[in-house]
Amino acid sequence: MIVLVKAGLLASVQDLGRPGFRDSGMPLAGAMDRTALRAANLLVGNDPGAAAVELTLMGGSWRFEADLLAAVAGADMATTLDGAPVAPWSSFQARAGSTLLFKMARSGARAYLALRGGVDVPLVMGSRSTYARAGVGGLQGRLLMNGDRLPVGRADGPGPAPLAVLPAEVPPCGGGATLRVLLGPQDDRFTAEGIATFLSSGYRVTPQNDRMGYRLEGPPIALRGAPDIITDPLLPGAIQVPGSGQPIIMGADAQTTGGYAKIAAVIGPDLRLLGQARAGELLHFRRTTQAAAVQAVREERAGLAALAARIASAGAGRKG
Amino acid sequence: MVRILAQGEGGLVVELGDAIDDAVNARVHTLAAAVRDRLSAEVDEVVPSYRSLLILHDPVGAPRAGLVRKVKELAASLGEAPVAGFSRVVRLPVCYGGALGPDLEEVARLTGRSVEAVVGLHAAPVYRIHLLGFTPGFPYLGGLDPALTVPRLEVPRSRIPPGSVAIGGGQTGVYPIESPGGWRLVGRTPLKLFDPLRPHPFLLAAGDGLRFVPISPAAFEAAAERVAAGEDGLEVEP
Repeated sequence: MIVLVKAGLLASVQDLGRPGFRDSGMPLAGAMDRTALRAANLLVGNDPGAAAVELTLMGGSWRFEADLLAAVAGADMATTLDGAPVAPWSSFQARAGSTLLFKMARSGARAYLALRGGVDVPLVMGSRSTYARAGVGGLQGRLLMNGDRLPVGRADGPGPAPLAVLPAEVPPCGGGATLRVLLGPQDDRFTAEGIATFLSSGYRVTPQNDRMGYRLEGPPIALRGAPDIITDPLLPGAIQVPGSGQPIIMGADAQTTGGYAKIAAVIGPDLRLLGQARAGELLHFRRTTQAAAVQAVREERAGLAALAARIASAGAGRKG
Repeated sequence: MVRILAQGEGGLVVELGDAIDDAVNARVHTLAAAVRDRLSAEVDEVVPSYRSLLILHDPVGAPRAGLVRKVKELAASLGEAPVAGFSRVVRLPVCYGGALGPDLEEVARLTGRSVEAVVGLHAAPVYRIHLLGFTPGFPYLGGLDPALTVPRLEVPRSRIPPGSVAIGGGQTGVYPIESPGGWRLVGRTPLKLFDPLRPHPFLLAAGDGLRFVPISPAAFEAAAERVAAGEDGLEVEP
């Protein structure tokens, strides 16, 4: 068990989401930074898609009720364990009674707290991810609150030796980002100038950002006609442009259908950069190709495989 | 007309038309079923909507070019699907009016008809579930009698109880979960369109036909008890 003593801003249990029900209107949900979730899980020897805690902007204070291998990844929240600094993207051995404290994120927006054995809330429709709008998954279908106790699953053995990801290997978190995009499916609803504006301008993240979507503001993107399309399927990463010309990027909790023209979609490996963006930061968009996007997916997978291999070799010989 | 578009590196959009139309939607569901059946090795998920379907695939394991070719071949082989082709027709019991349908009398006034006539018109058609979306399990229905077209509420409700059956603009629908909304509430079904803890969480599927069956308040209470005891309560027409 681990207890949330004093909640930060927003915290919820997330894994890689709830695929397979999109045709019934069920959003994917799951971690907004899937790379950080996977890395945190690998650091404690979990399946990379195990359930962990997603912390937003400020992580609050937690108390361990048992000895436990834990890890953090994602935004750097100046984390301390009983007062001693915890490196970003690292695992550490907590003791029963230990206090883990997350402050305001220095950069980035979301950090992940993984626990050896995973957060053991019930599987709902194949996932432990919280989709709070429908009260599904996570702890009682809701965001975490002061006093919540999270059960931790059983694990075989003590797990890998504590390890910190080398600073050079830590993926970027926050501070503005360039997201690679594939144009479409409704790029034909925009003028050539509109597409050029979109690809050459900076768009500021507004305070209207959450797991469902990020509203941005910047130079208006010119449409050819009305922004409304016949309602059609919508994925996380899709960039909708309503009549205002101000783009909205859909997040993990995006509804499954939408009625605004979609100028482009952020490629999967770059979607984590959205999850780490916060209000006031500038985002830019760079057009890419299917081949380059597929290469980026391969690189993302190779990076996680390399991390898994390094954890395995560092932990060789560790005994319980 | 088949148009193939991209939504990200792992999403393929297949457009079969550019209108909200029963025949186009029937072809969408026919193709969706065929893709699920024949291309299951390469396709992770299929999401039908009014006039298009979204096919999700792993762009590394199931490269785009080969998948596009197979989807085009499949679409070409299907030809024209019959307009009336429902996967099945389901019956949804609805208690109209009273506390469960607080706007029914206003809808009658706005349409210049009796309450009984409104219920009769609403319960007459087999509606087409073009797609599910907006919230988990929410059916976008086609087939509302144009005589029942009423404006949306000027001030939307912030909380609509689950199971509410509503009319707004030229559309009608059922709210599976508590949500905000601006449509007028004419009744409520005792069935749970969405229950994440059931083995089959969703009662309705895109491509189904749907008929509303008027029931009494007493029948509503009895059905609500059976649902609370774990029955899904859905009837499928033979």
